[in-house]
Amino acid sequence: MISVQNIKKSYGDTLAVSNINFSVEQAELFGLIGPDGAGKTTIFRILTSLILPDEGKAILNGYDVVKDYKKIRQIIGYMPGRFSLYQDLSVEENLNFFATVFGTTIEENYDLIKDIYKQIEPFKKRRAGKLSGGMKQKLALSCALIHKPEILVLDEPTTGVDAVSRKEFWDMLQRLKEKGITILVSTPYMDEASLCDRVALIQNGQIMQIDTPDNIVKSFKHELIAVKTENMHKLLHDLRNFSDTHSAFLFGQNIHYTSINSKINNEELKHYLQKNNHKNIEINKIQANIEDCFMELMT
Amino acid sequence: MKRFIGFLKKEFYHIFRDRRTLIILFGMPVAQVLLFGFVITNEIKNVKIAILDHSKDEITKQITNKILASEYFILDKNLSSDNEIESIFKAGNVKEILIFENNFAKKLEKYGKANIQIITDATDPNTANLIVSYTSAIILNYSNRLNVQSNVPMQIQTKTRMFYNPELKSVFMFVPGIMAMILMLISAIMTSISITREKEMGTMEILLVSPLKPAQIIIGKVMPYVILSFINAVTIIVLGMYVFGMPVQGSIPLLLAENVLFILLALSLGILISTTTDNQQAAMMKSMFGLLLPTILLSGFIYPIENMPIALQIVANLMPPRWFIIIIKDIMLKGTSFAFVWKETLILVAFTLFFLIISIKKFQIRLE
Repeated sequence: MISVQNIKKSYGDTLAVSNINFSVEQAELFGLIGPDGAGKTTIFRILTSLILPDEGKAILNGYDVVKDYKKIRQIIGYMPGRFSLYQDLSVEENLNFFATVFGTTIEENYDLIKDIYKQIEPFKKRRAGKLSGGMKQKLALSCALIHKPEILVLDEPTTGVDAVSRKEFWDMLQRLKEKGITILVSTPYMDEASLCDRVALIQNGQIMQIDTPDNIVKSFKHELIAVKTENMHKLLHDLRNFSDTHSAFLFGQNIHYTSINSKINNEELKHYLQKNNHKNIEINKIQANIEDCFMELMT
Repeated sequence: MKRFIGFLKKEFYHIFRDRRTLIILFGMPVAQVLLFGFVITNEIKNVKIAILDHSKDEITKQITNKILASEYFILDKNLSSDNEIESIFKAGNVKEILIFENNFAKKLEKYGKANIQIITDATDPNTANLIVSYTSAIILNYSNRLNVQSNVPMQIQTKTRMFYNPELKSVFMFVPGIMAMILMLISAIMTSISITREKEMGTMEILLVSPLKPAQIIIGKVMPYVILSFINAVTIIVLGMYVFGMPVQGSIPLLLAENVLFILLALSLGILISTTTDNQQAAMMKSMFGLLLPTILLSGFIYPIENMPIALQIVANLMPPRWFIIIIKDIMLKGTSFAFVWKETLILVAFTLFFLIISIKKFQIRLE
């Protein structure tokens, strides 16, 4: 169980995070979702006792992150955002090292890491620096798990990893959760939010919303349409100048558009776009996703 | 304890897998000892000289033979006139020319006095000085023998004897100095780099978030270098003894113990440097400028401290290598026992404790 109350932290004059409040249940997969620089790493470093909060309190399984930092370091498994294993040590040596440092052996906890480790086991003699991105993450996760932590803290574990490995990685997190491990994970990828039990949307050092991914999507009040024409750049510009526009953001091939009116008048919009020389106009009503909610919170 | 051994094993992997480190660790000491020993030398050997003998009698021949019989000088050319002096110096090979005036033997017999002119190429003043004093010594020696034979009334002669290093071998100067320098470099630079590397690679983050205690991390980092530096110290002593004929008059266990003490001192300095830096480059620069230059310039290794301005002498006293060099010279050359170097040893112990306490205080259990 994790409980964070009113955490505030600044680096010099720069306020990194403030007013951070959330709690995570045992065996819950909790996600911190936000862009780079939002303050996710700062929160994680406070929770792992690596930095001290200026204000506020954080309790992990009954231990205070400031006072009981030694205890905290026994019960957590931490995977920093940057690949932080020894590149000149082989896969096996890295794992062995972390096992001995935590006073255990690979054999003792092999069960826990089996699913993950057996995928990289064929390369166990290879130096960690020569592994691919996905394999590095699997090794880092194995190392963070080797001492059977009660709480797992993963800072952007899927950044820079290919789509297949990302999917595998989240499957593994689900299995670990089923074993009773509390997991705190951060990601800049909005599509991964729906894989968490609950998420906190974070922006500029503030938590904007905490809820299950479903509820967050449901809380999106506006009608949402996807607009597409031949000249997307001009389209974005024109939509933003349209008097009825509430928001217009580029998402992949489409522009997601909301209106200040509760109901979008498609004909009027089409007419406006035609007047501005847009051709092949496509307008489709769509369901909001987490990213839309995130953008909505930001505006 | 098992944790600690695991940590040590990891450190040795790092060292033995990094070829660059290995070369620095084991190649540098040998290369430096040999370089300093052979290249930077204050002795003269096989200096080429020319002789212009206007007299060509029995005595000038004897003096010439005596000078050439020493291993210091070899005859490059016999000159026949004063005009050649300029050109032979310009050619550059000959460093000294001896000129005997005419009727040398006769004048010596008649007036008890004859002149030899010594001309040297003083573009390198130190060497010129050395050559002149070596030559004068030989000639003086010869004239003394003549005095004995001719029963001239007693004359007072000064006789110099160089204690501990009778041949004034500069290697005796350099070996302790190089030892101080290399142990300082290897120990301090290597530890500070290996600790800052963990910071740079981000692995310090997970070491901190592990049950490892700061003391375990520090000792684990330092231990391999204690062993490796000790091997280096032994290598330098052995090279000094067998390649340069450096004597070890005192007790070898004491010598080695003092070396271990100095290694610990340098390591604690390395830790201190690493606690104040976040990347390898900065650690390297700090170690280089902060340690290497003072060790060479202010430790009495090359330049005698007694000749420095008072302000610099005070600064020099704050340089740990200075005391180490005194200890090593005393033990190796004078064969003194611990009773005579305990003060210097105490100073080194104090330095070590001082650096260790600061670094443990400064070692962060967190990232900031």
